[in-house]
Amino acid sequence: MLPTRSVKRSAKAIAMTKSLLPPVTILVALIIIWYIAAYVLNEPQAIALMDPDGPQNFWAVMQASWSMDRPVLPTPDQILSNLGDSIFNYPLNSPRNFLLQTAFTAQAALTGLALGLILGIALAIGIVHSRVLDRSLMPWVIASQTIPILAIAPMVVVAMGNVGFTGLAPKAAIVGYLSFFPITVGMVKGFRSPDTMQLDLMRTYNASGTQIFTKLRWPVSMAFLFPSLKVAVALAVTGAIVAELPTGAQVGLGARLLAGSYYGQTMMMWGALVLASLVAITLIGCVRLGEFSLRASRGGRL
Amino acid sequence: MTQARITWLGVLVACGLMVATRINISHPFEWFPIALTPLCLLMALYRLAGEKSRAARIASPVLFGLGIIWAWEMLVVGLHVPFILLPPPSAIAVAFYNNLGLLGSDFDQTFLHAVIAGYVIGCGTGFLTALAIDRSAFLQRGLTPLANMFSAMPIVGIAPIAIEWFGFDWPSKAAVVTLMTVFPMLVNTQAGLRESGAMERDLMRSYGASYWHTLIKLRLPAAMPMIFNALKLNSTLALIGAVVAEFFGTPTRGMGFRISTESARMNLDIVWATITVAALAGGISFALIAWGERAVTFWHPSFHKRQTN
Repeated sequence: MLPTRSVKRSAKAIAMTKSLLPPVTILVALIIIWYIAAYVLNEPQAIALMDPDGPQNFWAVMQASWSMDRPVLPTPDQILSNLGDSIFNYPLNSPRNFLLQTAFTAQAALTGLALGLILGIALAIGIVHSRVLDRSLMPWVIASQTIPILAIAPMVVVAMGNVGFTGLAPKAAIVGYLSFFPITVGMVKGFRSPDTMQLDLMRTYNASGTQIFTKLRWPVSMAFLFPSLKVAVALAVTGAIVAELPTGAQVGLGARLLAGSYYGQTMMMWGALVLASLVAITLIGCVRLGEFSLRASRGGRL
Repeated sequence: MTQARITWLGVLVACGLMVATRINISHPFEWFPIALTPLCLLMALYRLAGEKSRAARIASPVLFGLGIIWAWEMLVVGLHVPFILLPPPSAIAVAFYNNLGLLGSDFDQTFLHAVIAGYVIGCGTGFLTALAIDRSAFLQRGLTPLANMFSAMPIVGIAPIAIEWFGFDWPSKAAVVTLMTVFPMLVNTQAGLRESGAMERDLMRSYGASYWHTLIKLRLPAAMPMIFNALKLNSTLALIGAVVAEFFGTPTRGMGFRISTESARMNLDIVWATITVAALAGGISFALIAWGERAVTFWHPSFHKRQTN
């Protein structure tokens, strides 16, 4: 038993390196291209700013263009060290600490996602069970996907601010509004995915509508929930950032992006952008993890 | 037949009631038609849901939408909802009509310049990249996970950096749109090029067809449904990207600029009028792409006449 298992494991390891090798290679290539681009883009300014008494050779120019204060394109290590500086050298409650900003944006994204998930699933249940809703509401849910909904974000923030809702509430509302569409569409598809034979079997068991829903439709729909949840997560993070733009909010990654834009703080913008991407990737990772564990608990398929 | 006639009569009555209801609720008896309208609407919708004809399928959502607009108008005016919270649809229509020139110039700046330029460059780049890496399995396997990761990222955040690089005018917005649209196109084209079956490819090989022949006669047509998927997805993304990029800075025109400045000045009717323009632009471009899809991929099973269950 043991040798076969170890052979299997090493075969698995080889397959894993094979699947990891191409993306890692391309990532490394991209980083090299980034450094070259940073040199090319920053070089004119770097030469202008260089100490006229210092060395003027190629290496000096390269080092100068990779360590400018306000570069056209900062290098990855500059962005990372700037982030590290902000996270470790400032207290947690200081607005200069990026962790505080990230937590603020992630909180809005998560609250909104929870809202969108509940609303989206409730609407899908309604559409699946009511002919009237299916005929009249579903076309609007689909049509609303073609409309740039994110454009209303500033208005929602301002309007809700007028009635006294500031801070988390308007942001969560926007994120919830954005994320419930893909979930509704996906879940309607999912609830309808059991075929006639399975539904007939439930009917022969004399199952009630609720039983069909909890024992057949709901479990089957999980295969559709995760892909739409991934779309919703990507929208949620974007929505949380955009919702921070219009009111001149002081905290949040979107506010940092805007402040960086106003004051020409390149590093601030890049830092906010990197952290926002990290939030999105982490959330997608959580969705993947949920999908994976559910798949594992169901013996390998959804 | 008579059943259908009753349904359509109900639809007509509901529409008539919606038009007839006076907004000014001063006389006590005017509550009567206002209370009657939702009842009539619901019954008409319920009956329409039972009809099988094509007209009923179209009438259902239209009537529902009209009902929402009517309820919006009634509630906002009747409950005296403050204008800065939610303007009534009639005010939005008036603002739309009064600001046609302004809205047109915003549309020109945002849609005709930034969106179309960015969309064409982004979709074109994604498509050509997918074709270029088609022959290299290594590049394909490397780029797909990265492209998927990029699609999940909040790419609009790049807007302030794009403004720093390409200036305040529309090219910076086109750059954001390009970056937003390139990855969905790349991923979908790649997936589409894998759509053709092994048997069909073997047949091409037995004909002695070259790589390019197989690509043009078999694999590209088979990829078209996926490519149109990306085109549709990107048409929404492009508009969102351009509008949101304008929140970060723009010359004094553009749909995103209008929305952010006018909501700060509490002119919500103009904001809603701009949103109407955006919705119309999004809807019409989506419809145009869907029409192109029908013309190109008429053979696809999803366009066959479906039986309703």
